[in-house]
Amino acid sequence: MTSSLRLRAGLVSIVLLAAFLGIWHLATRSTAPVTTMSPEYAKLMGLTATQGKSAMPGPLDVGAKLWEHLKRPFYDNGPNDKGLGIQLGYSIARVGTGYLLAVLVAIPLGFLIGMSPLLSKALDPFIQVLKPISPLAWMPLALYTIKDSSVSAIFVIFICSIWPMLLNTVFGVATVRKEWINVARTLEVGTIRRAFTVILPAAAPTILTGMRISIGIAWLVIVAAEMLVGGTGIGYFVWNEWNNLSITNVIIAILLIGIVGMLLDQILARFTRMVTFPE
Amino acid sequence: MSTFDNPFDPDRKLRAGCVCGQHRSAAEHEQATALHCEPVASEETRYEGVVASAVMRAMFPQDVARRAFLKSVGASTALAALSQFFPLKTATEVFAQAGTPEKKDLKVGFIPITCATPIIMAAPMGFYAKHGLNVEVVKTAGWAVIRDKTINKEYDAAHMLAPMPIAISLGLGANAIPFAVPAIENINGQGIVLATKHKDKRDPKDWKGLKFAIPFDYSMHNYLLRYYLAEAGLDPDTDVQLRSVPPPEMVANLRADNIDGFLAPDNICQRAIYDGVGFMHLLSKEIWDGHPCCSFAASREFITSAPNSFAALTRAIVDATAYASKAENRKQIAEAIAPANYINAPVTVLEQVLTGTYANGLGGVKTDPKRVDFDPFPWQSFAVWMLTQMKRWGQIKGDVDYKAVAEQVYLATDTKKLMTEMGLTPPASAYKSFAVMGKNFDPAKPEDYLASFKIRKAS
Repeated sequence: MTSSLRLRAGLVSIVLLAAFLGIWHLATRSTAPVTTMSPEYAKLMGLTATQGKSAMPGPLDVGAKLWEHLKRPFYDNGPNDKGLGIQLGYSIARVGTGYLLAVLVAIPLGFLIGMSPLLSKALDPFIQVLKPISPLAWMPLALYTIKDSSVSAIFVIFICSIWPMLLNTVFGVATVRKEWINVARTLEVGTIRRAFTVILPAAAPTILTGMRISIGIAWLVIVAAEMLVGGTGIGYFVWNEWNNLSITNVIIAILLIGIVGMLLDQILARFTRMVTFPE
Repeated sequence: MSTFDNPFDPDRKLRAGCVCGQHRSAAEHEQATALHCEPVASEETRYEGVVASAVMRAMFPQDVARRAFLKSVGASTALAALSQFFPLKTATEVFAQAGTPEKKDLKVGFIPITCATPIIMAAPMGFYAKHGLNVEVVKTAGWAVIRDKTINKEYDAAHMLAPMPIAISLGLGANAIPFAVPAIENINGQGIVLATKHKDKRDPKDWKGLKFAIPFDYSMHNYLLRYYLAEAGLDPDTDVQLRSVPPPEMVANLRADNIDGFLAPDNICQRAIYDGVGFMHLLSKEIWDGHPCCSFAASREFITSAPNSFAALTRAIVDATAYASKAENRKQIAEAIAPANYINAPVTVLEQVLTGTYANGLGGVKTDPKRVDFDPFPWQSFAVWMLTQMKRWGQIKGDVDYKAVAEQVYLATDTKKLMTEMGLTPPASAYKSFAVMGKNFDPAKPEDYLASFKIRKAS
C-alpha cells in the first residue's frame, strides 16, 4: 500500500515537473526575427533585439549551461571568477563557521537561562527585541565596527542563527518534566550531573529543532550577505551574473541554493531523529 | 627649454619658440598640448631618452657648447660615446624602478564598468607587474561597499567616482577621512539612455514627471544629469524623480518600465541598447566634452605609509591609461577586460563602447572615437567644478574653500612630477577653464559661477 502510494506520488511529481518545463519552454520561445534591421546594425545588437529571443532563458538554455558548470565545477580564473563548486564551498564554510559559533554560545547560554527562572525573566525583553531584527540590518554596523567584510558576513550568520537555538534551548530546558528533575533530586544527583544526564537528553529534541530552524535561516541569509559583501560565495556568483544580466546563470544558482539548503536541512533532521525518544 | 626636447638634436631652436614651432614659448606649447600622453616608441626608449637627456645636459650645461659638440660628432656618435663611460642601461633600469615598493601585494577594488578600464586591464596586460607590483583587482558590489572596504583598508586603493574622494574627505555621507586622487580614470564615456517608448520625446523640456536613475549621489552622473535638466528649465528636485540605482539594475528596471531613462556609466548604456530596451539619447560628451568620470583613489594613510607602493601603483595606472588612450589598442583591451573575472559583459558591447562605433538603438550606427577617452591628469579645476555642483544641489552647506579642498584631494603636483619622470608631458598648470553646455567655467571664480545658475537648491 505504502509503496504504491510512493509510486503514485513520484509519478505526479514527474508529471508536474514535465508540465512546468513544457510551459516554461513554450513561454520563452523566440518570436520571428526582426527583418527591418540593416545587417551592419544587427551585428552590434544582441539576440533579444535581432532574433526576438525572449529575455527569459528557456529550460534548454539553462540545462546546457548547467551541464557546462557541472563539467568543471572547480575552475579558478582569478579572484573574481571561480567555479560553482568553489563558490558553494566558500558559502558553506562561512555558514558553518558562523553557525558553529552560534551553537557554542546559544546552547550553554540557553541552559543557563532555562535553569534559572530569574535570568530567564531578566533577559527576556532583550531577546524579544533582538530576535525580530533582520540579520542584514546588522550588516552596515558590522562592516563599520569589525572593518572586515568576511568576518562581518560570519558575524551576520552568527547573529541570525543564534536566536532560534537560544529560545528553543531555553524552552526545552525549562519544560523538562518536573517529575524527572524531582526524581534526580531525591537520588541526590549534583547540578552538573543533573544537567548532563537528565536535562540534556530530555531537552535534546527541542534544541535540535532550534538548530534545524537556525541552519535554514543561516543559509537564507548567507546569499543576501554575500551579494552585499562580494568577493566569493554563491551569493556573489548570483550578483556577478546579475551584473552581466545573465538570467540563465542566476536560475542555475537558485537551483543549487535550493539543493544545498535542502541537504543541510536533511542532515539536521537526521540528527533530530537520532535524539528523539518516545514518551 | 623643456625636459622633453631632444638634446641630441643639433638643430633644435634654442631661444624663442617651442618644439613644434606653433607656439611662442615652450610653456605655451605645453599648455596647448595639455596632456595627451603621446605615444613614445616603447616604455624603455622613453626612459632611456629621459636618462640620456639628463646625462647630456649635466655634461654640457651650456646649450651652445652642447650644440657645437653635437654638430661636430653627430648625435649617434655622441650617444655612443656617452654610453662608453656612463652606464646608460643600468641607469635607465634603476631610474625606471624608482624606490622599492614597501608593500608588493596590493588589493585594488573596482566596479565592473568600462570607466575602470585602466585599473582592470593593468592586471591581465601586465602593467602592475611591470612596475614591480602584484596587484589583485577585486570586483565590488557597489559604490558604498567600495568606499567602506577602502576605508577599512581591505583595499589599498580603489576605483571611485570622481566626486567620491572629495565627499569622503569632507565627510559627506561617511566619516571624514582624508582621501586623495592621483589619477583620473576616464573622460567622457557616459550617456543618457531613454526607454524605446520615448523615442519621440527628444526635447528635455518635455521630460516633466519622468523617472531617471543615476548610479550614486556623489557622482558626475548626478551632476551632469541635473545640469542638463536645469538647462532645459526643469528643477531636478521637483520636476523629475532621480533615483540611485546600481548600474546592472538600471537595464532591468528600464525593461520593467520602472524608470524612463538613466544617465549611467558605459557598458550599461550600450547594454540597454544591445538588449533592445532603450536608445542613446545623448552621449555625456555632448554635455561637457572631456568631463572626468571615475578616479583612482587611495587614502592619505596608505600614501604616507607606503609612498613607493603608491608611486608604483600610480605609474602603472598612468601607463595603462596612456595605452588605453590610443584608438588602435582599444579592441585588444575590450577582449582583455570582457571575461567573467573582470567586467563580465559581451565583447561586442565593450567594443562598441571603446571603439566608438556603436548602434544607437534607433536603427542607426554612429561613430565617435572620443565616446570614451582616457586621460590620467587630475585637474584641480575638475574638483572645483564638482564642489560648485555639490553646493548647488545642497550636498554641501555653508562656505567652501574650493581651492584648498581641490588641492588636498586632487594630487596634480605629485602626478605631474611622476609623469615627468616617466617621460610624459603633463600640463603646466593644474587649473584650466572649460565649457559645460556652452557655458564657460572659470576655476578662479567658483562663487560667481554658482551664483549664475537660476535653478539650484535654496540654501
